[in-house]
Amino acid sequence: MTDTSVVHQELLTVDQLQIAPSRRHREVIIRYILLVTALVSVLVSTLIVWSLVREAWTFVTGVVWADTWGQQGWFPRRGLYDIPTIVVASLIVTGIAMVVAGPLGLGAAVYLSEYANRRVRSWLKPALEILAGIPSVVLGFFALTWIAPNIVGRIGKTTFLVLGAVILIGYAAISAVIARSKIKQYREGTTDPSARIGAVASIATLVVVFALALAWILNVWLEFAPNNAGSLTAAGIGVGILTIPLVASISEDAMAAVPDSLRQASAGLGARKRTTATTVVLPAAISGIVAAFIVAVSRAIGETMVVFMAAGAADAARWTDNPFEGGLTMTAAMASLASGTDSVVGEGLTFQSLYFVGLLLFLTTLSLNIIASRFVAKVREVY
Amino acid sequence: MSMTDEAPRLIERPVAAGDPSAAPGTPSVATERDVVFRSEDVNVYYGSFRAVRDVTFDVRKNQIMALIGPSGCGKSTVLRCYNRMNDLIKDARVTGTITYRGTNLYDERVDPVEVRRRIGMVFQKPNPFPKSIYDNVAYGPRVAGQKKGLDEIVENSLRKAALWEEVSDRLKDSALGLSGGQQQRLCIARAIAVGPDVLLMDEPCSALDPIATAHIEDLMQEIKQDYTIMIVTHNMQQAARVSDTTAFFTADVRSENDTRTGILVEVDATQKIFSNPSDERTENYVTGRFG
Repeated sequence: MTDTSVVHQELLTVDQLQIAPSRRHREVIIRYILLVTALVSVLVSTLIVWSLVREAWTFVTGVVWADTWGQQGWFPRRGLYDIPTIVVASLIVTGIAMVVAGPLGLGAAVYLSEYANRRVRSWLKPALEILAGIPSVVLGFFALTWIAPNIVGRIGKTTFLVLGAVILIGYAAISAVIARSKIKQYREGTTDPSARIGAVASIATLVVVFALALAWILNVWLEFAPNNAGSLTAAGIGVGILTIPLVASISEDAMAAVPDSLRQASAGLGARKRTTATTVVLPAAISGIVAAFIVAVSRAIGETMVVFMAAGAADAARWTDNPFEGGLTMTAAMASLASGTDSVVGEGLTFQSLYFVGLLLFLTTLSLNIIASRFVAKVREVY
Repeated sequence: MSMTDEAPRLIERPVAAGDPSAAPGTPSVATERDVVFRSEDVNVYYGSFRAVRDVTFDVRKNQIMALIGPSGCGKSTVLRCYNRMNDLIKDARVTGTITYRGTNLYDERVDPVEVRRRIGMVFQKPNPFPKSIYDNVAYGPRVAGQKKGLDEIVENSLRKAALWEEVSDRLKDSALGLSGGQQQRLCIARAIAVGPDVLLMDEPCSALDPIATAHIEDLMQEIKQDYTIMIVTHNMQQAARVSDTTAFFTADVRSENDTRTGILVEVDATQKIFSNPSDERTENYVTGRFG
């Protein structure tokens, strides 16, 4: 007892509390090695963006801008760079992909998070992850050889109209919910004119999009022709299947983050499971779910192999807004220009057009990802 | 919805609300209609593990019944039997009988959702929905399909929960902006809004400071004329202050397989439990010698 108290009372020197110099050096070295690894990826990204911008600039300055709009289509070898042709094809594929992946992915997420017991979960979740692991080239092949003849080829004129109506009604239902909250916002925003403008603008956007979609669906219906070779629809369904696991897993994470105490509170107030899921869990997880959709859109726009194989156009495409025709998306246009033996030949700016489309894609996905990460950050703030 | 109109309140404070040694089937006729819950030999299992053993007692109308006991003695588990919240836990199983106003709660034809609309629950941690104050209170009635008269229900419920004065000018604000004590009163208002006749409270004050706790306790005294309340509490002073009847639980620890099974030691008038309990274990607990 006395011994230890003596030890405790001894004065300490700084040396006794110091870190050994060799160890300190090691810490510093490790720190810098890790910093360099982090910087390498930043550097690579910067170089990629730089090379994109440089060549795209050549295209921007060299091309006759009037020729990039309203031409017959995307024919780089003939010097026809009709950007809307490939942008619209990308939008169609992405839209169809989201129509497939949205309901299926969200449904799977709600089931996994709210209904599945532990045993079902333990095999269903890995199964979904396996779907995410299928190489896109396999899915592209599947889309071309199976989806195109067996699903798309069997969609008749009437089926298409029914499908279109279902999608429009779904869109209208979602917009009605949004519009209702915006109208409320408008009524309450008497003191804040900018909130009113925002509310009016978003309702107007919803209406305009609805009108455009209606016109488009009717137009496609009028000139409907069945097609069981590759088409934008076949590619869109393929891409949709590819993005289901993405939507499902991000949405499920968001729903799993909703505290169980809210579910208990809801059940304690006499709510059934589906009521709890739709009125408590989904609204609480909404930013995560929106983020899931944005990430999926960005993935679908950037997807290359499936659209390259299944969208039904090789290296050039006529202008079309009909999803049952073949088309060339931005990504597929790039892939076809950069592949094959006669790659990147043709009229003077073909090579540069590739970079310009690449930059366009990059900016689209970048901004979508930024928006998505904002939404994800918001879901963390809620509780 | 109020039960006070149905039967005259003959007894303000019954001396013994359910001595487990007395046969539960033979209460005096005068008090029979006052029995809200009658539990007989209730056992709760999680899988093959028995969490609570042979609980038998009655709960009377317009009374506050406190369930006390050390941690892990199954008080909350017992409480959750009364609105079938244990149904939400996988593998949980309840045996024995619990009757609610004469009907077996665990009859297979009974819909747990219907039960929970009559028997409300307030949880340990305030758990308001991330919605507005108004939407929180209106949640239960809306779920039950009510669309009109919500304003009135919200106001009445908030008044009953002694929260109206503090929030009446910001009903559209998020409930998450309220303080912990306000949130818990909001949760009480939310439970009241459904129009239950019983409130189950699972340690409602354990996350609150003493002032907020005092608020909730006053509130319980005030609303007990309309409701029957069962409260689980860790705080013996709280049980002594607010309840009419107290049930003391303890854990039966089996050292050979390290399991704890909750058992009911005694039920009696709160005054008696805290001054002159019949069981030695109760006395040890309430005097602070154990637990």
